[in-house]
Amino acid sequence: MKSSQKLTLAVAVALALAACGKKEEAPKPATAAAPAGVTVTIAHAGPLTGSISHLGKDDENGVALAVAQANDKKITIGGQQVTFKMMSEDDQADPKVGTTVAQKLVDAKVAAVVGHLNSGVSIPASEIYTKAGIPMISGSATNPALTERGLKTVFRTVGRDDQQGPAIAAYIAGELKGKKVAIIDDKTAYGEGIANEVEKTLKGSKVAIVARERTTDKETDFKAILTKIKAKNPDVVFHGGMDATGGPMLKQARELGIKAVFAFGDGACTNEMSKLAGAASEGMACSQAGLPAEAASKEFKDTFNAKYGEIKQYAPYFYDGAMAVIEAMKKANSTDPAKFGPEMFNVSFTGATGKVEFDAKGDRKDAEMTIFRMGKDGKIQPVAIIKNGVSTPFKADAGAAAPAAAAPAAPAEPKKDEKKK
Amino acid sequence: MDTFLQQIVNGLTLGCVYAVVALGYTMVYGIIQLINFAHGEVVMIGCMVAFSVIVALAPTGMPPLVIVTIGTAAAVPVCMMVGYVVERVAYRPLRNAPRLAPLITAIGVSIILQHLALLVWSRNIIAFPQIIELKLYHLGNSATSAAISNVQVAIIGASIAMMGGLLALVYRTKIGIAMRATSQNPQIAGLMGVDINKVISITFVIGAALGAVAGVMVGTYYGIAHYQMGFLLGLKAFSAAVLGGIGNLAGAVLGGILMGLIEALGAGYVGDFTNVCFLDQWLPGFSEVCANSPESSLFGSNYKDVYAFIVLILVLVFRPQGLLGERVGDRA
Repeated sequence: MKSSQKLTLAVAVALALAACGKKEEAPKPATAAAPAGVTVTIAHAGPLTGSISHLGKDDENGVALAVAQANDKKITIGGQQVTFKMMSEDDQADPKVGTTVAQKLVDAKVAAVVGHLNSGVSIPASEIYTKAGIPMISGSATNPALTERGLKTVFRTVGRDDQQGPAIAAYIAGELKGKKVAIIDDKTAYGEGIANEVEKTLKGSKVAIVARERTTDKETDFKAILTKIKAKNPDVVFHGGMDATGGPMLKQARELGIKAVFAFGDGACTNEMSKLAGAASEGMACSQAGLPAEAASKEFKDTFNAKYGEIKQYAPYFYDGAMAVIEAMKKANSTDPAKFGPEMFNVSFTGATGKVEFDAKGDRKDAEMTIFRMGKDGKIQPVAIIKNGVSTPFKADAGAAAPAAAAPAAPAEPKKDEKKK
Repeated sequence: MDTFLQQIVNGLTLGCVYAVVALGYTMVYGIIQLINFAHGEVVMIGCMVAFSVIVALAPTGMPPLVIVTIGTAAAVPVCMMVGYVVERVAYRPLRNAPRLAPLITAIGVSIILQHLALLVWSRNIIAFPQIIELKLYHLGNSATSAAISNVQVAIIGASIAMMGGLLALVYRTKIGIAMRATSQNPQIAGLMGVDINKVISITFVIGAALGAVAGVMVGTYYGIAHYQMGFLLGLKAFSAAVLGGIGNLAGAVLGGILMGLIEALGAGYVGDFTNVCFLDQWLPGFSEVCANSPESSLFGSNYKDVYAFIVLILVLVFRPQGLLGERVGDRA
């Protein structure tokens, strides 16, 4: 009896202390007379393990930075102080795991999902999110099919492959002057999609496609395919895939004595290529479905580099994705997905990758494509920005020196010129 | 013809790597009837350890051959220790358990080793520093003739040396006699004065050492390493061992080389043979696909992994003991 009384007393004291502690904390953050706070979870889903985990982690850092900055700003929505929390899940770049993760996030009642990285994972996962009414915004899935299905809660901050494909294909036909092109894809939704787009555009430009090969995204030995291609003697080889396959492929191509220039889509447009392919990566061309980090917000770059190191690829897009969700919540003055979901179509702000607005399908309005070349220093350098089919050479000083406000101005200038014409 | 020769060269190199790893599988199976699924991970650990050493030594400017040798010399003892520890801790207690228990344990050990490597070397793809200067030896006079690189020559040479060394060890030394005796009948061998535990440990250790060298070869050949690379490699090498006849050393060598050749030739040629657009006149269902892409194949190069396993299944259906016959002891 006595021990149970002691226990009850102890529990009561503990509760009292805890209650005291809470009361002390609560008055501190409330400036707008908000006595209670609400926690909103923004989820990130991406490959945190596996061969492209370096990109998945990069995206997670982008979302984490957005969430941390939002918490520092102490945003009030619907009369309540909002604390944002990030919940990050690993989808292993596998569509099967992606759908399991999607269900998990839906069950956890997250407010929005910033992810996934791969088109092949985003597309099936988006169906689960749509059924639950949770908005999904991807910073890297470029396959057009993602937003072509009439789902009202799917968005992306990057461009699409039916813009990116023609952009890199035009560069191949024009600048690289490829007359005989070989195309290899990695049989994922993204890789096959962009390879098909490039093939279509090149055929339209009367370029000969000498080989059309397929591999898988887990492959490391490409010598068989490359030997086949070597016999056809191409000028340019385009690979639709990620850097995990592009790097070894490029290296092995040089080992076989293939002299063709290699071109890639955004999946292999990272500085990681110089580590994976070594000296072979010099001179490679690749495209990204958005403005390069150099032309985007310098402020974002500096903050990100200080906290997480080098930007791998999509961190700015995922950052903008998370910011778009927060902006939509502010506009709708609600953290309920049913209410701020429709407001996503109305957001308009300047993020890490320029002006962020969405069209009726959920795609980013006026997405710009960037073409990069790999220099001797092992870093990709932007050489041209393509907007609405018109290519503009990239001027490093125009973009890099400008802070966020001026960044949209740099690509806007050539746009004005065209309008004058 | 040049393309064909090139495919053969590539296939042979790959096959030699598979053969060396298959030897590890086949030796262990021959002795204790256990499929050591963790062997692929041992190869991966050898590759990673060698990578760490090579990265540390690369800036010192020593000749590349010396650096790779030191890397190998560092990888081999580490892998031997891993092999020994795995055997003592995971397999020896289950020596008399029903066959399923050590099999599942082996899978468990494989997963544990993978994630230990993940903790030590991180989840990123690791790129080897490019210290070996590539030299191509052309087999022919034209610019498109097949070429064999110095790395490929080294791999084939090292593999042959190791296979020869192992065969000499097993058939010409006392420990070899002990190993063969243990694989034929452990109880009688024990009665004859062979220390069974020691022999089994030595088998694991030798297999692990071979795996370490195979790991270094794979690392320098492809230039990349990843904590999950051991899984598929191990699976293919095990299939190679079964193809040649499990328990049979010469069978492992033959199976490995065949596996490599089938993969390379399959990826190179089956696509052309199943080009549905060429067959479009007889198979009307593919016209739509062919309109967009006149080179669609039913089984393109992305089915590379499938060909080797199809051959394995066919061999097992028609000749279950493998090409050169099983060599497992008499347990009656």
